[in-house]
Amino acid sequence: MPLLSVQNLRTAFHTRNGIVRAVDGVSFDIDKGQTLGIVGESGSGKSVTCYSLLGLIPQPPGRIEGGKALFGGQDLLAMSEKQLRTVRGKRVSMIFQDPMTSLNPFMRIQDQITEPLLIHEGIDKQTATRRAIQALEEVGVPDASRRIRQYPHEFSGGMRQRVMIAMALITKPELLIADEPTTALDVTVQAQVLELIKEMQRKHGTAVILISHDLGVVAGFVDHVNVMYAGRVVESGPTREVYYHSKHPYNEALQRSIPALQTKGQELYTIPGAPPDLARLGEGCAFAPRCAYVQDACRSGELALKGVAAKHETACRRVQDGEIQLSEVSNQ
Amino acid sequence: MNSEMSDANPTAPASADQLLEQAEKGHSLWQDSWHRLAKNRLAVASGVILILIVLCCLAGFFMDHTTQDLELGATKPSRDHWMGTDVLGRDVFARVLYGGRISLAVGLLATLVAMCIGVVYGTVSGFYGGKIDAVMMRFVDILYTIPFIIFVILLMVFFGRNIWLIFIAIGAVEWLTMARIVRGQVLSIKKEEFVEAARALGLPQTRIIFRHMIPNVIGPVIVYATLTVPAVMIFEAVLSFLGLGVQAPATSWGVLINEGASAIEEYPWLLIFPGIAMSLTLFCLNFLGDGLRDALDVRRSKD
Repeated sequence: MPLLSVQNLRTAFHTRNGIVRAVDGVSFDIDKGQTLGIVGESGSGKSVTCYSLLGLIPQPPGRIEGGKALFGGQDLLAMSEKQLRTVRGKRVSMIFQDPMTSLNPFMRIQDQITEPLLIHEGIDKQTATRRAIQALEEVGVPDASRRIRQYPHEFSGGMRQRVMIAMALITKPELLIADEPTTALDVTVQAQVLELIKEMQRKHGTAVILISHDLGVVAGFVDHVNVMYAGRVVESGPTREVYYHSKHPYNEALQRSIPALQTKGQELYTIPGAPPDLARLGEGCAFAPRCAYVQDACRSGELALKGVAAKHETACRRVQDGEIQLSEVSNQ
Repeated sequence: MNSEMSDANPTAPASADQLLEQAEKGHSLWQDSWHRLAKNRLAVASGVILILIVLCCLAGFFMDHTTQDLELGATKPSRDHWMGTDVLGRDVFARVLYGGRISLAVGLLATLVAMCIGVVYGTVSGFYGGKIDAVMMRFVDILYTIPFIIFVILLMVFFGRNIWLIFIAIGAVEWLTMARIVRGQVLSIKKEEFVEAARALGLPQTRIIFRHMIPNVIGPVIVYATLTVPAVMIFEAVLSFLGLGVQAPATSWGVLINEGASAIEEYPWLLIFPGIAMSLTLFCLNFLGDGLRDALDVRRSKD
């Protein structure tokens, strides 16, 4: 049985401009200790998917309209706020995008990092502090017993993200959701933080969902990738397969958009058009207006993920039918 | 240094425990703020002067502020009467000290009442948002429309004249603005990621409100509170002028200033001394409030 099994999750926001279907029928499984990447551009529903799982969607305007998220046999989506609180920060933790703003500027690191312990494990303050110092040392914060008394503004961005990681993992959760954990950091620190998450994962056997719009970040990190577009998973497969043998025109176009170091003087490739307005999605494939392989048949009917290779699924009708062969990417 | 030492000798539990002990002792937010405040000379001087004023006012218990000497009448400041006497021959110094007790008590207590109600109300309103926020804020709007004087007169009619009632009445009016200020702050802080992060950690809402939100709004609250104290003192003077506040022979700075203002041409000292006392207090409160705001903002500290 997978650790978390999301089935047909649908989340919508009821706005003045109509109903925005931010997540529209997303399904995926993640096993214990596995790493799953969710990639897609801004507004493709990556974050909303994960926020929905923990009940962190602002309601209203947001609403979870259907689906199941079985976590250890329990449906997260059917839980009350009170039940969810026993899952959040204890069994499922989250790391946020911007470490500069996700720590309370008025609280010492010590008070923030021990909070999940005090709440979920009911241990005394002294033991909690001891464990917090250990956790900080583990994530590579030097001089942890002194630093723990400091305030967030006394930490650099990379150090703060380390603190966030320590805080998220201090209760030894089964699942860690990292929502673009490196976006706000500079490149060298990015690598360190990713390496750290990986190391912690190996050590504690935590399953990780990594949300990112950075294909490079995901490539070196995850076992399995879901590519999202307009609230749906359009391609899902093992990382190598998704990168080198893409099975969806959107993914192929994304790969082509990556600037290569070797070629000079050529214009960079961009995907024509703009991402669709989720409040006005028509029938058929959402990528059709921008797709190079589009046919009239693409603009109607229901789309479903279908396996085309081992563990590799695509939502593209034409690839499923074997009508088109997508170019294979050969850059490393 | 410490990390190097523990790296070099990782199997030394004693030193680790010592470090831990240090970490636990630490300094609280309040201790830190206190150190920062102590560095602000203007704020410290203001604090000292305020304490002196309060002590003097308390010492006024031993002075007689009611004995009249009609034959003496109004006299200029002299060795016997440091601040002169009023038309009824009462010692102005004693009356200023006595009035200070009333004014300070009204000012501080009413502000405290306003602060407690306003901060909790505003935080709850802003934090829950939506319909709860709308209803709570419309209630505040309605209270705003009730003329203050009428409100106080009604209270006096129902409950009789009472100095404690003045505290409550003024506090009950001043909290409205405080609630609005706090709500605005909370609305913006609510959007910050650390609140989201706190929710993702599974913290209960009351803990998020009291541990994460309220400390973040304390700056504007302190500043507004120091502005409220003088406003309340003036309010009290207005009420007293209307005969709704303190009654003779009791007095307050507001009342003294009022009396003095009407006699400014013949007996200027009746205005000058209570005026100096009140202005000095208000200045000090403002400087102290400014210093407190800086001291409580952990981000401003340089060390």
